[in-house]
Amino acid sequence: MFEGHPLVSTTTNMSKSNLEIFSETLQALAETDKEITVVTSDSRGSGKLVAFGQKFPEQMVEIGIAEQNLVGVASGLASMGKKAFAVSPACFLTARGLEQIKNDVCYSDNPVKLIGISAGVSYGALGTTHHSLHDFAVLRAIHNITIVAPADNYETEESIKIAATYTTPVYIRFGKKGMPASLIKSEGVSSNGSSETTPINTTPAFQFGKGRVLKVGEDLTFLATGEAVLPCMEAAEILQEKYQIACKVISIHTIKPLDDALILASAANGKPIITVEEHSINGGLGEAVAALLFQNGAHNPFKIMGLPDDHTVSGSQLEIFDHYGLSGEGLTKEALKILNAL
Amino acid sequence: MKEDTLNVVSLEEKSLRYRRNIIKYIYNAKAGHTGGSLSIVDILSVLYNEIMNVSPANFKSNLRDRYVQSKGHCVEALYVVLADMGFFPEEDLLTLCKYDSPYIGHPTKYVNGIEQNTGGLGHGLSMCAGMALAAKRDGTDVKVYTILGDGELAEGSNWEALMFAAHYKLDNLCAVLDYNKLQITSSNAEVMGLEPIDKKLEAFGWAVKHVDGHNLEELTETFKSMPFEEGKPSFVIAHTTKGKGISYMENVLKWHHGVPSPEQYEIAMAELA
Repeated sequence: MFEGHPLVSTTTNMSKSNLEIFSETLQALAETDKEITVVTSDSRGSGKLVAFGQKFPEQMVEIGIAEQNLVGVASGLASMGKKAFAVSPACFLTARGLEQIKNDVCYSDNPVKLIGISAGVSYGALGTTHHSLHDFAVLRAIHNITIVAPADNYETEESIKIAATYTTPVYIRFGKKGMPASLIKSEGVSSNGSSETTPINTTPAFQFGKGRVLKVGEDLTFLATGEAVLPCMEAAEILQEKYQIACKVISIHTIKPLDDALILASAANGKPIITVEEHSINGGLGEAVAALLFQNGAHNPFKIMGLPDDHTVSGSQLEIFDHYGLSGEGLTKEALKILNAL
Repeated sequence: MKEDTLNVVSLEEKSLRYRRNIIKYIYNAKAGHTGGSLSIVDILSVLYNEIMNVSPANFKSNLRDRYVQSKGHCVEALYVVLADMGFFPEEDLLTLCKYDSPYIGHPTKYVNGIEQNTGGLGHGLSMCAGMALAAKRDGTDVKVYTILGDGELAEGSNWEALMFAAHYKLDNLCAVLDYNKLQITSSNAEVMGLEPIDKKLEAFGWAVKHVDGHNLEELTETFKSMPFEEGKPSFVIAHTTKGKGISYMENVLKWHHGVPSPEQYEIAMAELA
């Protein structure tokens, strides 16, 4: 889907989806951890878990197409000490199974790992029934759950490894298209021609609740999550090369708990902030950041980019991204607009 | 399962005491699901006193049997039985439904002895099925029990769980239907008919037994015969009476969550003496 993307075309080891990384990571963990148990709702194919099921039949539980039971059974397994990964399309898992997530997982504090596959608009032209543009919003309002949307393969792998050992409930959602191995270039990222760099080897270790600075820059900040981070990196490059505008790009892979300190620090220069997410503009990352900033006296020029409160246009995931300005070009325009308005 | 010989006399004494306590603490709280608690208390008494391998001493052990109350609203019956088992001092129940008390109107893990937080209907059976499957895969003898309400069976999630438990041959799982035939609006027959419930459950792959849900000996023998059939989950259709034991409450709809007046309280306590 991101063929022709400048980052994609210049980076090696680009072709794997976060979904594939999830599957590989889980399989590797299951080799030595017999408590890891995958629970699926007739979704082992779309979850890339067929091989897992063949290799570890005693660590796989097929539920059939029944998301309420999926989450309830996973809760029971978790309460008995199983490291239960409930894997199902994000759209069904977090809507059909929502009361079970609220009561059986979060309220009962059973440390289920809820894995929302083909999240956001990954299913493209299959339409609204298959889109999950509500999941951040509904889960943010439920106590006792960590919400994660990894941007690249690295964040996905680390998220799954952490989730396996996590003792409280976690929701991790991602798509199925190829994503970069890491959005941080190994040689570091220059900012506006200065010597400022962020070498990968000085990036703090990945942890839930701590955003990841992918690119530094002081003119504007993109705060993005999940697969919407990639177009921010593209926009940052265009803005740098064509307009000499230096953007900071931060992957807010954890929607809850939010990295308050990092976000407030990035707002301290008073420069514009654009949040970008593959989610409704209502109730997601953007509104979470807005609430944080406003309640802490930050009044930066601010824009929430996501899916509007409207019928979603039909098309592929990339076409939908383009339509709503969630592309490198669209975000470049948005950045220029907000900067000119200063 | 407990090895002691059944002491029906002692169980009958307990049955009266449990009922008195249900009324006492609901009367004190001015809140509670009176009719349903009186309906399920004999089932709970048998499970905790005669059947399940669970006690305050082994509650941290992964090998304990599990009970999840799917019809969470009848928590008062569970509280009085757990108090009797020594999970917490009975007088704690004077805080029932009071500000900042852990003893709220539905089961929560904040109370010692309670396995899962329930209250939304149609949740318990799925959780129990997950527990039973985990026990099977771990090769333990753990058995898992739940009580479902008759009105609750209209929740579709139960039927997802019923399919699942039979598919995985969870013969270490036992579901009990508190079949008092009344729900908050009216009779099951009028609100949403269940019958023929035994045939439906059998068609879903469960081994089914009917039992008088207030006959302590019959309940004990029934639970001891689990699994009713090798390779099948067991379903007990317990025919019960809502408000059982108090003349003016029995089969009277308004006692779904009614609180006795001072006069009614005296009558109830006299009848349960």
